[in-house]
Amino acid sequence: MALLQISEPGQSPQPHQRRKAVGIDLGTTNSLVATVRSGMAETLPDEQGRHLLPSVVHYTPQGPNCVGNEAAEHNVSDPLNTISSVKRLLGRGLEDVKMLGNQLPYDFQTDQGGMPKIATVNGLVSPIQVSAEILRKLVSRAEASLDGVLDGAVITVPAYFDEAQRQATKDAATLAGVKVLRLLNEPTAAAIAYGLDNAKEGVIAVYDLGGGTFDVSIMRLSRGVFEVLATGGDSALGGDDFDHAIAEWLRQQSGMSESLNPMEQRILLETAKAVKEELTDSEAVEIELLDWSGVLTRDVMDDLIDDLLNQTIRACRRSLRDAGVPVDDIDKVVLVGGSTRTLRVRDKVAEFFGVEPLANLDPDRVVALGAALQAEVLIGNKSGDEMLLLDVIPLSLGIETMGGLIEKIIHRNTTIPVAKAQEFTTFKDGQTAMAVHILQGERELVDDCRSLARFELRGIPPMVAGAAKIRVTYQVDADGLLSVTARELTSNVESRIEVKPSYGLAEDEITQMLQDSFNHARDDMQARALREQQVDADRMIEDLLAALKQDGDKLLNAEEIQCLQVAVKELQKIREETTQHRVLARQIEAVGKTSETFAARRMDSSIKSALAGHSLDEIEQG
Amino acid sequence: MWLRRELSRLTCAPLIENSQSDGPLNFSSDFFAVFSINPAWDVDLNDLGVRYRKLQQEFHPDRYATKSDVERRVAVQASSFINQAFDTLKSPLKRAQYLLTLKGTDVDQETHITSDAVFLMQQIELRETLSDISSKENPLQSIATLRIDVESTYCELQCEFQRQYESELFDNAFNAMVKMQFFAKLLVEIEQLEAELEDA
Repeated sequence: MALLQISEPGQSPQPHQRRKAVGIDLGTTNSLVATVRSGMAETLPDEQGRHLLPSVVHYTPQGPNCVGNEAAEHNVSDPLNTISSVKRLLGRGLEDVKMLGNQLPYDFQTDQGGMPKIATVNGLVSPIQVSAEILRKLVSRAEASLDGVLDGAVITVPAYFDEAQRQATKDAATLAGVKVLRLLNEPTAAAIAYGLDNAKEGVIAVYDLGGGTFDVSIMRLSRGVFEVLATGGDSALGGDDFDHAIAEWLRQQSGMSESLNPMEQRILLETAKAVKEELTDSEAVEIELLDWSGVLTRDVMDDLIDDLLNQTIRACRRSLRDAGVPVDDIDKVVLVGGSTRTLRVRDKVAEFFGVEPLANLDPDRVVALGAALQAEVLIGNKSGDEMLLLDVIPLSLGIETMGGLIEKIIHRNTTIPVAKAQEFTTFKDGQTAMAVHILQGERELVDDCRSLARFELRGIPPMVAGAAKIRVTYQVDADGLLSVTARELTSNVESRIEVKPSYGLAEDEITQMLQDSFNHARDDMQARALREQQVDADRMIEDLLAALKQDGDKLLNAEEIQCLQVAVKELQKIREETTQHRVLARQIEAVGKTSETFAARRMDSSIKSALAGHSLDEIEQG
Repeated sequence: MWLRRELSRLTCAPLIENSQSDGPLNFSSDFFAVFSINPAWDVDLNDLGVRYRKLQQEFHPDRYATKSDVERRVAVQASSFINQAFDTLKSPLKRAQYLLTLKGTDVDQETHITSDAVFLMQQIELRETLSDISSKENPLQSIATLRIDVESTYCELQCEFQRQYESELFDNAFNAMVKMQFFAKLLVEIEQLEAELEDA
């Protein structure tokens, strides 16, 4: 246990073998998997040498049929069973999904739990299941390439993803059998890919313009620590909007009517997209469209998209303000997303920040590359490396109070992990229960924010109104995931919830799906699960013994020491004898619980001594 | 509706005792001790940042990504605690409130009404200036001027707090802190308006 070894950071008790870790960019249109080989991050191709995996899954009555390019071929012939752009549905509620339903051709239904699902010939599938299929495909590609089972993955998410969307991403990974080392924000991944963590000091802006979304992050780098200062953007603005603006110009120029049939619309948009891409390399393009021909120059296109670009620049300005950083302080600008290939985008960004943006890495791959580098650090292959990411939450988290108002408990752009407590009291005499409604968003009214979860604290002793003291604590972990506790302080009645938003899958549904997938390859999974638990058990035994030897006498009494020694013995025995991974897992958990106090005391004593006795010079050199 | 906000508690709640662990985690008793600095008004923010990052490099949950659930949970708590300490000490207002808390002053009183009539008049005038800005000929210029005014007064109040606090006149320090709250709030509103004007 590393907490039991805090006194020697960066040193592992024995050099363990190199572990297999990947970075996964789970994208709206395309997904990628990357890993680090010989110190270099690279994306992994499939057998045909293709790096990008189209994020498309095709279903037949028997189940998921194929993923990627093969699935995309069914797009036209079998649109209702060929699911693409599922990322836009991930972690969304029924209302959001209905709104997107106009753009996506699927048959949406709700299951008994009221969660939105897509009706296919294979029955109802959730966006989480579809995402899990994509992840499985990438994992098997990686396992074939790395010749072995993966130990863990970093999966990227847009910085603006809210709690529900993050949780849904993590659920998809669980379903696909992937151990998630970290959900990493895409802009942060991009900054890592550019090796900016090697720079000593500086402030970085990451400008990420995809097909349908825009995202900007401001980060500060000092001595290997990436601190995200602010993040912002527009989840409904992207390169697709450029296409629409150009298409509208084409329509007017060619004298086509405003009411086009779907086929004509398709042609118009495809032409617009092709013209946009061509104008990256040439000053003007000749266009033939049905019976019309004409020329679009780069200058004219720039005029067409400038309004959209100005919107992104406004978002940049807001983020700088949130970060408390003047624009002159920006040292580096990183471009991410296919839409940043448009030259006008680069010019505008350069003009606003006063810095020529970095763009030498493929903007489609840069996120996966950064994720792979971070996975390498987290899995422990790069021990001693001091790179650390301090992320923020993109949207405020609050609680419903009287009158349908929201009291913000954690403000947006707060560094995570974070815990905040707020105290409330009862409102009526003799009130014995309190409902806690957890929300996310910036607006003042409950109706304008996203509802994440509700739970009740019951068993409050009857008191006069205002006498009870109810402390509600929000804890957000490093992945941006929330858990909430409510406790009545005079009686110690407590209620706790891991926020599983009503948009994802219910816990037992995941268990059931996992069970189903276990049944497919039961023996494999059993063996793999057992092996994982054995590795964990070995590490725990070794760490605990070392920690006992070092600090046991100092921090524990004789009884506590004996109790831990017995627990370790029992664990060793079960480790050797059992073939049931669950039995071993239970014992590991039990030993973990037993040693928690010890870990906590060591953490405490270590935190006290971490800086004591060091001069500032030493700290700075560290 | 069943909830009523009781307190505007900013910091100082020992969050760790809400942790899932059975035994309470008593991290160092106060936020200054977390960074091994003296509990005083004067804080070198650069130095604080260096110490903060040093601690996070050691205790952030990413350092425990492959460890057991228990360790990761403790790391999340430790890292949160360090974040909270940093957040409190780097903000002048929160630091002032926290210093008063350490001296046993309850800063969570529901209403902070200052009886300083001159101060209240000044507040009213500043707020009127702020609400008139949108109709000015050059609003960005006017708001920049207002901001400089407000920031310099905010600064003076901080000095006032420091003087009173260091003379151990905690009631006076409390009054200065209450005035700081007014100005901190005003600055937030100025920033919001600035953002709106720039976006327009």
